[in-house]
Amino acid sequence: MKRLETEILVIGGGAAGLSAAAEAAAAGAKVMILESDLHLGGQLVKQTHKFFGSKDEYAGTRGFKIADILLKEMESCKENIEIHTNTTVTGYYSEDDTFTAMRDEDEFFTIKADRAIVATGAQERLIPFVNNDLPGVYGAGAVQTIMNVYGVVPGKRVLMVGAGNIGLIVSYQLMQAGVEVAAIVEAAPKVGGYWVHAAKVRRMGVPILLRHSIKRALGDEIITGAMITELNERFEPVGEEKKIDCDVICIAVGLTPTTEILSQAGCEMMYVPELCGNVARRDSSMQTSNPKFFTAGDASGIEEASAAMVEGRVAGLSALKSLGYPTEHGRLEEYWGRLQALRSGEAGKRICQGLTCVLTEDWEAVHNG
Amino acid sequence: MDEKSGPERGVGRMDLIHDHPILEFSHGEKITFTFDGNSMEGHEGEPIAMALHANGVRVYRETAEKHRPRGFFCAIGKCSSCFMVVDGVPNVRTCITPLKAGMKVETQHGKGKVFEGAE
Repeated sequence: MKRLETEILVIGGGAAGLSAAAEAAAAGAKVMILESDLHLGGQLVKQTHKFFGSKDEYAGTRGFKIADILLKEMESCKENIEIHTNTTVTGYYSEDDTFTAMRDEDEFFTIKADRAIVATGAQERLIPFVNNDLPGVYGAGAVQTIMNVYGVVPGKRVLMVGAGNIGLIVSYQLMQAGVEVAAIVEAAPKVGGYWVHAAKVRRMGVPILLRHSIKRALGDEIITGAMITELNERFEPVGEEKKIDCDVICIAVGLTPTTEILSQAGCEMMYVPELCGNVARRDSSMQTSNPKFFTAGDASGIEEASAAMVEGRVAGLSALKSLGYPTEHGRLEEYWGRLQALRSGEAGKRICQGLTCVLTEDWEAVHNG
Repeated sequence: MDEKSGPERGVGRMDLIHDHPILEFSHGEKITFTFDGNSMEGHEGEPIAMALHANGVRVYRETAEKHRPRGFFCAIGKCSSCFMVVDGVPNVRTCITPLKAGMKVETQHGKGKVFEGAE
């Protein structure tokens, strides 16, 4: 069986992974990126809107263009970066300190790495309703993939479930692609996403129905509609159900971190609601309780892509440092300053609360008691 | 929604986004493949699931116990919803497996049979 070797293995080539790889490869380390999708860029390539945040994280630039910027940065140190797309990491075997991976469903190989940065991102959550398994009930990320990456029309008329930033942004993106959005339902009494995004879809005439949820999807083989209902303060259905005609029900009710590899590596895990799931405990260098493993991006807690990029830089820098590469003094502090700035807003409060649970002092201090 | 799902819409009628205010799409070479024996067009190198969707196909497999139809859900290879039989191999994640010319794509019924051509 083929066996590959590298100094720093980056699992996931999205916002966090690419930033980590660029940081580490620029300092001379041998980096290998494994990406399960057919191309690099993760969620960045699916975003048509201009990012907020700060200038250091390309505020004002559209998401898919930010992916290009990161790829260009990697180009300048490409001799240090080995890239495998269409390649899924299938496991980590701590007894042998070996990763297993699969390319294109049929080529299986193993990898030995001195350090691993787990930037595996997240997966879509689903909510219970009748017929939520029918074809046409699509995750918001899936809708973005089909229309913004591959240019395929996702449907004719969409019901959006969830008025957080993703629900709002994807609604707008659907209209950019020429697809009608019937309505956005949101169980909470207020819009969860930024006001700017909500205003954009309202201006386009899409009703945002607060205190509403989906009760059932209609259709035998594929979606032909949805029954929605109003909710009271205790989130119980009240009043008459309303029928919405649609062929796609887009689910934008949140994401949960993808962390199987970290669990397999024996990293200390913790369920943190503010970070949307089970995540690895880490110190401020993004090092987990397994000193060879670092984590960054949505895999370490659901947050915006801007923060994922800085966390990737932190993880890349720390992996370098732990391998004995010289690193610029004060760089880690600079990155933490940027993270703090990104988290200074209203939305950042929750993230910071979650981080106080999951962050430890440096592991050496912990392990030496 | 009146339009039927399925291959009866015929070859060469891919449902693609043509005018987008921001994005430009560069598709792979146009090739043909089959879905349950029917010839269809798709773009080489793009995921099988996307090509099927563009051809109006929404149902990709049928579950083992309750025989429920399944389409894709996550489109990033994580949820197992879009498993199909591709060139005789069952449980292929069609949302992240690239389409090749002449591929034989089939609806998967249940768990699928172990690939008979496997060594």
